[in-house]
Amino acid sequence: MQNTLVRESERDNVLERERELIAEILAGNHERYYELIARIERRVYYTAYAILRTEADAEEVSQEAILKAFRGLHSFRGNAQFASWLLTIVANEARMRLRRRREVSLELLKSPESEEEYTPVELAEWREVAVEALAQKELAARLEEALAALPEIYREVLVLRDIDELNIAETAAALEISVPAVKTRLLRARLMVRDYFVARSWAGPARFRKAQR
Amino acid sequence: MITLSCEEIRREISNYLDDDMSPRMRRLLEAHLEQCRKCAVLLDSTHNVLILLADERRFQLPAGFSLRMRQRLAEEFAKTKAH
Repeated sequence: MQNTLVRESERDNVLERERELIAEILAGNHERYYELIARIERRVYYTAYAILRTEADAEEVSQEAILKAFRGLHSFRGNAQFASWLLTIVANEARMRLRRRREVSLELLKSPESEEEYTPVELAEWREVAVEALAQKELAARLEEALAALPEIYREVLVLRDIDELNIAETAAALEISVPAVKTRLLRARLMVRDYFVARSWAGPARFRKAQR
Repeated sequence: MITLSCEEIRREISNYLDDDMSPRMRRLLEAHLEQCRKCAVLLDSTHNVLILLADERRFQLPAGFSLRMRQRLAEEFAKTKAH
């Protein structure tokens, strides 16, 4: 979102180092694959978790995706970051598993896309202090709750674009939807997650608990 | 000069964050933001929540995750070498 120039040169460096590392792995130095995934594994797991919502499934899917990426490494083209490629694989695996899970439990229907425009909650100001006052753990929990409250089609687009930092086209490809559909969902997802977070964070823990009953 | 309504700004917030708009639209939007506190807060707060969401410190791996992953990969490497 910011510092586009700095990020571009950083990105070139990352791509260069990645290409070297991948060439070595493909040449038979397999152990170096650990290095390739070390920086990404948290994001891999988190992406699976954000879609699947259970730790056990998220771990299994993460492992499968990381293995799949290793087996298919020769087909990886270095025009994107390895992270984007791997995260797309994870998102796919997670969504496939979710579909299979749904075939078993029919009560879970796919969240429909709303045609109506979303109207965000009006705020007088962004109370930075309120966020700073939250302990890191509490903040993480509130963010997680806000994300979990999003309907699935909005959560997955938000995770891929804003957490995994795939670009719009990569996000569209990963979700097998059009670029305009990504943009429409993204707008709604971003406004909704902000509202959910604000509702959970600023009402104060006591009032929030009361509202939940 | 043409001005944008708050509603139009709301529709463009996401594109603005992605830097995905024409220079003309950007100028119009920024002119509105300078005048309208409500929309400026909407943009700021949305942006801030997204920054918080993307913070890696939030993502905790289950205990032993990396170890189990390495074990599975080691098995895979052994298989690949055997072929």
